[in-house]
Amino acid sequence: MVERTPILNFFTHVILFAGFVFCVAPFVIVAIAASHNLKDVNDVPMSLLPGSDFWVNIKTAWTTADLGPKLFNSFVMAAGVAAGKVIISALTAFSIVYFRYPGRMLIFWLIFVTLMLPLEVRIVPTYAVVANVLSPYQAIMDVTGISWLIEKISGVQVSLSLGLLNSYTGLIMPLIATATGTFLYRQFFLTVPDELTEAARMDGAGALRFFVDILLPLSRNNMAALGTIMFLWAWNQYVWPLLITTDQSHATAVTELKQLIPNVGGAPEWHIAMAGTLIVMLPPLIVVVLMQRWFVRGLIATEK
Amino acid sequence: MASITIRDVRKSYAKMQVVHGVNLDIRSGEFVVILGPSGCGKSTLLRMIAGLEEISDGTIAIDGAVVNRLEPRERGCAMVFQNYALYPHMSVAQNIGYSLKVAGVPAAERTQRIQAVARILELEHLLDRKPMALSGGQRQRVAMGRAMIREPKVFLFDEPLSNLDAKLRVQMRSEIRKLHRRLNATSVFVTHDQVEAMTLADRLVVMNGGCVEQVGTPAEVYSRPASRFVATFVGAPAMNMLEGTVALDGVSLLGGSRKLNVSRAGLPVGSKVAVGVRPEAVRMVAPGTPGALDATVDLVEELGAGRVVYVDLDGASFSVVTSETVHPEPGSAVGLQFAESDLHFFSSETGGRLDVFKASVPEAAL
Repeated sequence: MVERTPILNFFTHVILFAGFVFCVAPFVIVAIAASHNLKDVNDVPMSLLPGSDFWVNIKTAWTTADLGPKLFNSFVMAAGVAAGKVIISALTAFSIVYFRYPGRMLIFWLIFVTLMLPLEVRIVPTYAVVANVLSPYQAIMDVTGISWLIEKISGVQVSLSLGLLNSYTGLIMPLIATATGTFLYRQFFLTVPDELTEAARMDGAGALRFFVDILLPLSRNNMAALGTIMFLWAWNQYVWPLLITTDQSHATAVTELKQLIPNVGGAPEWHIAMAGTLIVMLPPLIVVVLMQRWFVRGLIATEK
Repeated sequence: MASITIRDVRKSYAKMQVVHGVNLDIRSGEFVVILGPSGCGKSTLLRMIAGLEEISDGTIAIDGAVVNRLEPRERGCAMVFQNYALYPHMSVAQNIGYSLKVAGVPAAERTQRIQAVARILELEHLLDRKPMALSGGQRQRVAMGRAMIREPKVFLFDEPLSNLDAKLRVQMRSEIRKLHRRLNATSVFVTHDQVEAMTLADRLVVMNGGCVEQVGTPAEVYSRPASRFVATFVGAPAMNMLEGTVALDGVSLLGGSRKLNVSRAGLPVGSKVAVGVRPEAVRMVAPGTPGALDATVDLVEELGAGRVVYVDLDGASFSVVTSETVHPEPGSAVGLQFAESDLHFFSSETGGRLDVFKASVPEAAL
């Protein structure tokens, strides 16, 4: 029941406003800190009136942490993860929902299990695999004696090696392989009426044609929602990029922020750090604002 | 145009058999309606013809060629679905033209054919709309257009009118009939609505429990139902059925309280039969009239053009349709009279029709 009384209206608005302040206050403080100079930012308490050095600080942060290329790296990684997730989730869900084949349930559960094994849990083996993608095959060949056999016969020692450290592929691939997107799609595909599938079959469309012509356009909102969530998630990744990018040229913006955080014994340049944080926060914000319309629709409504 | 030959077709899901050996010959250009209650296997049979369900046993041939292993698109059938099944993200024109697009027909020819179909179905002004913006009847027409554009050998209709309101249903019914006359394509139409079935069909197939009960023209099915099930399923209100036992001098009804004077013609005395008479064939006369069955009026339903009178015949309910201007009061006594030629006899054991009796005017006995 919706009640409309002035007092209740007032209180609900107070609660709403309190929530708003609670959420926004940290950002405001960051923005204010980013506008002070070295002396003002270290005053206790810090003045909550904006200073005048905002653009200077932004510029300093940008050059100190070399944010241009780092933002580009971050963008490539986040966009790559988002796109990869959207594509691979749609394909796996399509396979699970629309095809009957032996081992389907096993595959379904294998995908499900990845939900319980986030990257942080399997980070060591994942690192080992990315360091040399072919190492599992090497291990299999060693154990089964195939490599010994090949060496005996041809005299060539088998040593497979393909490293992905310090590469975009290495940054992106391990982040794609989780189940969240698959389940989002699966739930959506289950709501698509069977008759639509049958109508497409009667119209002569094969499985792939149906997928591309009917299912994908219908799941536009889902794709937008998943893409947005995954972009933000990938953008904010810290441990994985830190681990596999030993070379500065592939470092991401989020990991490079630590360059700006004052070291023990160094000058307490918090205003620069805050300015850098603002810059790194901006791209995800833009993505959310642009995608918001689709994003909300994809999560709450199923258009049929 | 094509003929369809169905031989011993069965369908089982796991251990459950839902269609039990159906045989059916559908002639080229014929409009066949499959009628039956829900769960009788009629839709399953249609979907097997379409290729959407696998055929567990038996063969289906279109134009003499067995199609069991063919994909739906290779069978030359088009189907109209109950819920229309329009693609929600495509415009009307795209919906209608999708099968041509899949088949790789060039855009110019496609547009031309979409226009032609739209003209027949009076959809020309709606071609750019999305299905969401259409009314039920318009969506139904788009679904028909989608089937027509392929110029299929066979049209399949899966209860296409059941989602429409009553008025629109009558209108679409006659439109489908006209369309069939114009295209003259072999059509199979599945429904549970007997009025739809009677009005549309060249030939009627009545199904029950996964078996075909009767195949015939609507008039044949109405006037000579092949089984007790068909007799009670076709016609509204349903045919009256009275249980009886064959006696030396006729049939004693309702545990012996009433009697029909008919010849025994070879049936052993004591065998159980069901005697049926259509409500339309019963005449109401004054109680006590010789040869009439006396009964008490229970309820009168006014239909405008006539009325349905429900009477109580020693505990058994019996309905009478009358167009006469008599207004029997509930609780009053009436006599029921019917001609011997209007009686139908069915075996109580198998439900099959028995044509061995020669009925004469019934008589109240005891």
